[in-house]
Amino acid sequence: MSGHSNMPEWIYIAVVVALMTWVGAEAWNAERLVEHVPEGAEVIKVTAQQWFWTFEHEDGTKEIGELHVEVGKAYKFEIESKDVIHSFNIHDYVVLMDAVPGRVNTVWFAPTEVGEHAIQCREYCGLLHYNMRGTLYVEEQSS
Amino acid sequence: MVLEFQKPRPIWQIMFSTHHTDIGLLYLILSLAFLFLGGSLALAIRAELFFPNIEGTGQIIADSMTFNRIFTVHGTTLIFLFIIPFASAVGNYFVPIMVRYKDMAYPKLNAIAFWMIPPAAVLVWLGFADFTWYAQPPYSIISAPGPAADMWIFGLKILGISSVLGAINFVVTILKCKHPDMSIGQVPLLAWSFLVTSCIIIVAIPTFAAALLMLLTDRLGLSGFFNPAMGGDPIAYSHLFWFTFHPEVYVLVLPAIGMMYEIIPRFSRKPIYSYNSGVFAFVLLAIVAFSSWAHHMFATGMSFTEKTVFMVGTLAAVPASAMHVFNFIATMWNGRIKFATPMMWAVGGMALFFAAGAGGVVNSAMPLDFSTHDSYWVVGHFHLFVMGTIAFASIGFVYYMFPYVTGRMYNETAGKAHFVLSFVGTVLVFFTQHVLGLYGMPRRVFDYPPIPEWIAMNQIASVGAMIIGTSMVIFLINMIYSSAKGELANIEDPFGLGGKYYYPFEAKNPHH
Repeated sequence: MSGHSNMPEWIYIAVVVALMTWVGAEAWNAERLVEHVPEGAEVIKVTAQQWFWTFEHEDGTKEIGELHVEVGKAYKFEIESKDVIHSFNIHDYVVLMDAVPGRVNTVWFAPTEVGEHAIQCREYCGLLHYNMRGTLYVEEQSS
Repeated sequence: MVLEFQKPRPIWQIMFSTHHTDIGLLYLILSLAFLFLGGSLALAIRAELFFPNIEGTGQIIADSMTFNRIFTVHGTTLIFLFIIPFASAVGNYFVPIMVRYKDMAYPKLNAIAFWMIPPAAVLVWLGFADFTWYAQPPYSIISAPGPAADMWIFGLKILGISSVLGAINFVVTILKCKHPDMSIGQVPLLAWSFLVTSCIIIVAIPTFAAALLMLLTDRLGLSGFFNPAMGGDPIAYSHLFWFTFHPEVYVLVLPAIGMMYEIIPRFSRKPIYSYNSGVFAFVLLAIVAFSSWAHHMFATGMSFTEKTVFMVGTLAAVPASAMHVFNFIATMWNGRIKFATPMMWAVGGMALFFAAGAGGVVNSAMPLDFSTHDSYWVVGHFHLFVMGTIAFASIGFVYYMFPYVTGRMYNETAGKAHFVLSFVGTVLVFFTQHVLGLYGMPRRVFDYPPIPEWIAMNQIASVGAMIIGTSMVIFLINMIYSSAKGELANIEDPFGLGGKYYYPFEAKNPHH
């Protein structure tokens, strides 16, 4: 046990602790900003069920498997599930939130460019989990 | 000395024995058998994902339900029927000898704990459930088909009881039966890893045992703990599950670290750099193991405060794990290292442990978790632990124990080839899966859209899996052939290292 100095180990541990503190602080700060929903965000109700997505806009229009949004606007998803747990995911915009039956989870995003993106389920939900997909269409703002 | 294959005994003598090396041998054979069974399921998964399904081509497994059952049983098997029984095998062989006692504290309990595993394994394999290894309600209550799910629940129930019985035995053996001249500060680190692990099991497992019962009564319609249709909360199950199974991650990994602590100093021909920091890091990990369970649940709609608490708890585990890696490297530093097969596996495992831990920091940082959660990143991440670290240390230890168990030497060239192929394969499969996760591929999918990057990454991963499969065939042949026909080992110093081994020379064959 003796015969060598423990100094290198202490320095190493200090460096690791400092790194982890930095990662934690950055993550805390980023998450705090990310979770702040901008005012006036349009609400879209997302309903998951085996094995498709239903979207309901504020004006009452419903879409199944497809979601049309306008570029530059902020949207807040209110996500719920009719049967088992699913996970609503638009990977390109890092939108990920579980759809849990019996509760409403929220997450928001603001598309920045016109385009098409995949919507998928990220939580195992049975037979057709792999195929529980949809498409997000980001379109120009209608005046 | 027990040389199982040199002085053959009737099989029933070993099966009905309560001697710790006999039970160790039973654990060893059972766990290695399930390593091969569970591993072949992994090959089936990788074969299916080699091609995306385009108009009926590229599909190997008949339907998604079969695929879902395969990955469920793959995970259940390798965690509960390979990793945990393998650790028990090593513990049974070495812990009594390391604390200088004639046997485990409760030999009959030891045999009972072992013999609970085969019926549980039969339940899991005959049932072949489909709800993933964490049986998330409400899917597992309202949607999972038939008796398979119930058989899985009973199987896990039995395995949990077996773990707790084994853990009690280890704790009592180490604390109460160690030689009176030996202080707790002189117990070797491998035995320390079993002490710490067993304490975690005793604290953590009862929670899951309760959750399993609640799940069963929910399935029978008698209660609605986790069923939202009856006013229950499925997220409560997640908390109960991960309160057991995040600490369980340390239950799996700490014995592997202990095995590296046995191999690395021996083959570096140096004492451990710091015994004290090894013990400290073990105990610290056992404590912080209980502070991080809900980092598996960031995306279930947790509040910002909850997420912050569990992120800090998770990051706290990093310095303790890093202390082990430092200890290994400092032990090897300036050592006269002999890269025999066990040492190669231990060092390879250490490197992959570091990589796995570094990836884990990304998962735990809240905003990044939403990019990686439930994607192939997570699959790659934890496989670097279970395959890259735990299976590597375990297989290295199989080679290390081999002369003791059989009295013969394995083929060194085949052992090294096994390591090189497995290492290359592991890097190909699991590093690639990290990238695949960043591309957004969800886990547990039977099929994926034909995106060129996804196809390329999946094919690299599948090739890597086949390389690991090949190396395991070499392993199997080497083990079987060498235990019957291998060179006789110089049992005083089979690896030609000099110095004293923890080989149980003084352990008496129970029937002499």
